[in-house]
Amino acid sequence: MASFTRRSALGATAATAILALSWAGAQAQQAPIKVGAILAVTGPASFLGDPAAKTLKLYVEQTNKAGGVVGRQLELKLYDTGGDPRQAVTFTRRLIEDDKVDFIIGASTTGETMAMIELVEEAKIPLISLAGASPIVEPVKRWVFKTPHSDRMAVEKMYGDMRRDNMTKAAILGGSGGFDQSCRAEAKKFAASYNIQIVADETYAATDTDMTPQLTRIRNTPGVQAIIGCGFGSPTVVTARNYKQLGMQNVRFYFNHGVASQQFIDQSQGAAEGMRMPVAALLVGPQLAESDPQKKVTMAYTAAYKAAYNNEAVSGFGGHAYDAFMMAVEAIKRAGSMDKAKVRDQIELTKNFVGADGIFNMSPGDHMGLDIRSFKMVEVRNGTWKLLY
Amino acid sequence: MDEFLQFLFSGLTRGSIYAIVGIGFAIVYNASHVINFAQGEFVMIGGMAAVAITTKLGLPLAAAIPLSVALAALVGVALEKFAIEPARGASVVAIIIITIGASIFIRGGVEVLVGKRDHSLPAFSGDEPIRIAGATLQPQSLWVVGALVVIVLGLRWFFGATRTGKAMLATSHNRLAAQLVGIEVRHVLLASFALAAALGALAGILTAPITLTRYDIGIMLGLKGFCAAILGGLGSPYGAVAGGLALGMAEAMTGGYVSSGYQDAVAFAIILCVLFVRPQGLFGRAGTERV
Repeated sequence: MASFTRRSALGATAATAILALSWAGAQAQQAPIKVGAILAVTGPASFLGDPAAKTLKLYVEQTNKAGGVVGRQLELKLYDTGGDPRQAVTFTRRLIEDDKVDFIIGASTTGETMAMIELVEEAKIPLISLAGASPIVEPVKRWVFKTPHSDRMAVEKMYGDMRRDNMTKAAILGGSGGFDQSCRAEAKKFAASYNIQIVADETYAATDTDMTPQLTRIRNTPGVQAIIGCGFGSPTVVTARNYKQLGMQNVRFYFNHGVASQQFIDQSQGAAEGMRMPVAALLVGPQLAESDPQKKVTMAYTAAYKAAYNNEAVSGFGGHAYDAFMMAVEAIKRAGSMDKAKVRDQIELTKNFVGADGIFNMSPGDHMGLDIRSFKMVEVRNGTWKLLY
Repeated sequence: MDEFLQFLFSGLTRGSIYAIVGIGFAIVYNASHVINFAQGEFVMIGGMAAVAITTKLGLPLAAAIPLSVALAALVGVALEKFAIEPARGASVVAIIIITIGASIFIRGGVEVLVGKRDHSLPAFSGDEPIRIAGATLQPQSLWVVGALVVIVLGLRWFFGATRTGKAMLATSHNRLAAQLVGIEVRHVLLASFALAAALGALAGILTAPITLTRYDIGIMLGLKGFCAAILGGLGSPYGAVAGGLALGMAEAMTGGYVSSGYQDAVAFAIILCVLFVRPQGLFGRAGTERV
């Protein structure tokens, strides 16, 4: 009798232990996947970070409602850098060491991303950047990817467009910031291969309130046919207005994709008419042909974003975040678990992923995965974007 | 020639903007010997308030201008009353730091309330450029230059013919003596902050159609205005006008004739050279240290 009791007590203990173990296992199964995000939600680059943050919040919520990824919910850990690379580094450390995130989306700007690369490489955590410049993925870093088109592609698209209309003489006009300088360098580097001659090169400071001296110099340069504008934010609006003020419409004006927002058109108050820029399909979603593979994605994103955020117009910058997030989710699904190394491999294997920015085909040698075809050339007409091709 | 004229217009426009902002620095400095680094924020408040009043409340610009200026003046008074006055005994440096704190506070407040986007006001009289001898000028530039002239004449009258103005002038010359002859120095301080804020706001409204406006535009315009004020000699409103115009011209001419990359560098180099030769600025009184 005594021995029976002892045995049953033992059995009960064993059963409890097994139960406890399996419960712990189930808990681990359900622990959320932690998504880190480093974005410039405020500050001068807020026009990049703000729509990106809104997009991530929206799609993390949607994904969770639909049951999460590989049976786990997602948890977003978002930090606002205000566009400061030092803050980006601090927050990246926090994401890695304290929050123990599984992958990171960000940063919004090139400078911040470059500062973060060393940390994520060392911690072996996948990073998908939302910044533009090509040095982020050139040379390829094992754990670093990015979704936006690079400035080089923008420049090549503009040059291609010039050649279509037999233009050969261009002037460069851009700011003194990092993105502007990178765009300018690419513009100079690739001019020759498109048989374009750079006849003038003008700079303005981010704080400039009047670009008429620069534009006057360009106007007085003999033979100039087009202006390659490198920049973003309010200086580009001032530039557009001065361009109209000086009556320079006979010189075609191209702006890079960083300028392409409805805000730019509205604030230019008519001065942007006729300006051309290469943009992501997202901006001209309704004008895309029904057969265009990006039609469905861009329309669905636009509808979801507008419904969630009070009819706010979508911008390409939110699209970058959508692509980064969705690509990571797809990679986790293919990997079957949130194993960082496996997910990294799967992101690198992304093929024919139809996003807001274009159709991505990643490879070990290309961690951006877009080609020049993913850009659409648009012209500002009657206060909106007219898709040219 | 048309090139020169174009650069001249550019310099005149930006110079006038810097000058109006710079006058605000000079007025507060006169009354308190404090450099009010929140001056740029008044410029921002003016522009942002005018945008909000015209777009949100749907009032015409003619009504929005006085309302915005009044609002900024109120903020100026509040700043003096609740931030500067309680620190009356503190050193000038401490008070300057308070104004920096206040500017961060105001900027943050507007950022939270209104958002971070650029805003724009429509130009007062259309944006069809005026052509003069091959150069073009935005009509809004004429408004800015015109406002500068009106402000200078207005200040001349105010400081020369009104009791309040004379009291402010007296306080700037000798605070103790002014107090002794019965001038309520505290009121002078309040009035100077209100006046500086009102002028700043006016600058913000006039320039919003040209430069756009957003929560942090005050940093940039404030800095340029400050440069204008030191270049002209701190404490001299007319000096600030000269300083602002000189700064604007230097920028525009360098951008036009030398290289646009150097325009800020050359402008600041000129300021350094001037201050090297005349530390008191172009129109400042030479400081005398009593030992």
